[in-house]
Amino acid sequence: MNFSEKLKSGKFLITSEVGPPKGINIDKSLDEAELLKEKVDGFNVTDLQSSVMRLGSLAVCHLLAKRGLEPIFQIICRDRNRLALQSDLLSAYVLGIRNVLILTGDHPVLGDHPEAKPVFDLDSVSLLKVTSGLIEGKDMKGNDLDGKPDFCLGAVVNPGADPLEPQLVKMEKKIEVGARFFQTQAVYDLKKFEEFMKKAEQFGVPILGGIVILKSSGMARYMNEKVAGVSVPEKYIKMMAEAKKGERAKVGIQIGAELIRDMKDLCQGVHIMPLGWERYVPELLKASGLD
Amino acid sequence: MLAVQIKPEEEILPKISGKKLFIFVCLGCQEVYFPREDVERFINNLREEIVGKALLDYLCNREFVGEYVKGYSKQIERANVILVFSCGVGVQVVSSLLEDRVVYTGCDTLYLNGFQGLTSQEFNCNQCGECYLNYTGGICPITNCPKSLLDGACGGAKNGKCEVDPEADCAWILIYKKLEKIGKLDILKKILSPRDHSKIITESLSREEIER
Repeated sequence: MNFSEKLKSGKFLITSEVGPPKGINIDKSLDEAELLKEKVDGFNVTDLQSSVMRLGSLAVCHLLAKRGLEPIFQIICRDRNRLALQSDLLSAYVLGIRNVLILTGDHPVLGDHPEAKPVFDLDSVSLLKVTSGLIEGKDMKGNDLDGKPDFCLGAVVNPGADPLEPQLVKMEKKIEVGARFFQTQAVYDLKKFEEFMKKAEQFGVPILGGIVILKSSGMARYMNEKVAGVSVPEKYIKMMAEAKKGERAKVGIQIGAELIRDMKDLCQGVHIMPLGWERYVPELLKASGLD
Repeated sequence: MLAVQIKPEEEILPKISGKKLFIFVCLGCQEVYFPREDVERFINNLREEIVGKALLDYLCNREFVGEYVKGYSKQIERANVILVFSCGVGVQVVSSLLEDRVVYTGCDTLYLNGFQGLTSQEFNCNQCGECYLNYTGGICPITNCPKSLLDGACGGAKNGKCEVDPEADCAWILIYKKLEKIGKLDILKKILSPRDHSKIITESLSREEIER
């Protein structure tokens, strides 16, 4: 079963992430992904995440597909106008990519090239609409395509956003223009996530809750202060603070596994964002009983 | 130089159909390219009840307009819709003064080079040639959101502040609150992007072409 078929099957889905390196040494990332081949249903490949210049998502997705893995091509609107976005989507299809996750993207000032021109010619909603058009065989001006791509389209939502209502309105718009699954921002506060799920259930679209393995108490505090919609409860911060240096990964995995086990009853899957800790994903899956 | 054109009837008329209107017309820069005759013709052809009309200079001057709003408060209270004929700055000024009222613009702003900086510092107009203020409660997402998003909040705001500029309020949260206040949240369902960049004169055409 491919990812699209699995979505329809109602199976509890697991996706993970490959963050392309800054440079051309990609073998380690590919090998780490390959270790998860039978355990994970898809691999998001981030597109210049956090506005930091890196190896491209399209190339890495293609390499994953060549190894028989199921890539989810993340494509954002920060760096390309509508001509380049449509063209890259067509390129993705001919390179064997079948799943696309569409996002607006971070602003360049947050990354390592803050002087860059922010493009944002399209946004997540309009790019989803345009991509749905490509699937129908038309470019965004209505011109016929010679051969049409068939993609499974996904989008993101921030379940911890405050206020939440604008996120729900946007989520509904994304579904209307073709999003068939959602992955969320990192979740630590399950009560808040449950409230979100109650409101989002009506849309009937699979939602994969976001999991980020905590690396330290400092990381947790930083996210609480800086990252929108993320609130790590005090008990987890305490657990991380009390862990000895060599045991932090173990404790982070323990917390992640606890969150995943609780999420199983709330949503349709989990999306693991290892942020450099790809090597710990197998252990996390094992600890959460998803192995 | 300022160049403003009246919006297509099919955009304005459905929004004001059957409503009681209060109309603001800005005469501040009319000596340049403000389509005063078109505006008058448009107003005269309206079948809607006009409960009041204010013609004034420099709708972009918030303090001055505030006095007008006070002076006309009884008529404004009777209106369901405040319709503004001015550049984008004037519309934002009126909307900011009438927080709980439905404010629509009748104009698309094409060009205001030379006037920016002379007028209100609080509001800016990007001269899109296709004004979105009718869909955003009179709060401009093009000039107030660093990504100029047209389809809602990016989700990156923390405590209502923008992730790019933590001093600034998230424009889309302000828009959401304003639309909630005026009972128009359903407007948010409309997909506004993408912009038509060929309408943006400052990006695409020469001054001679604008004058033509």
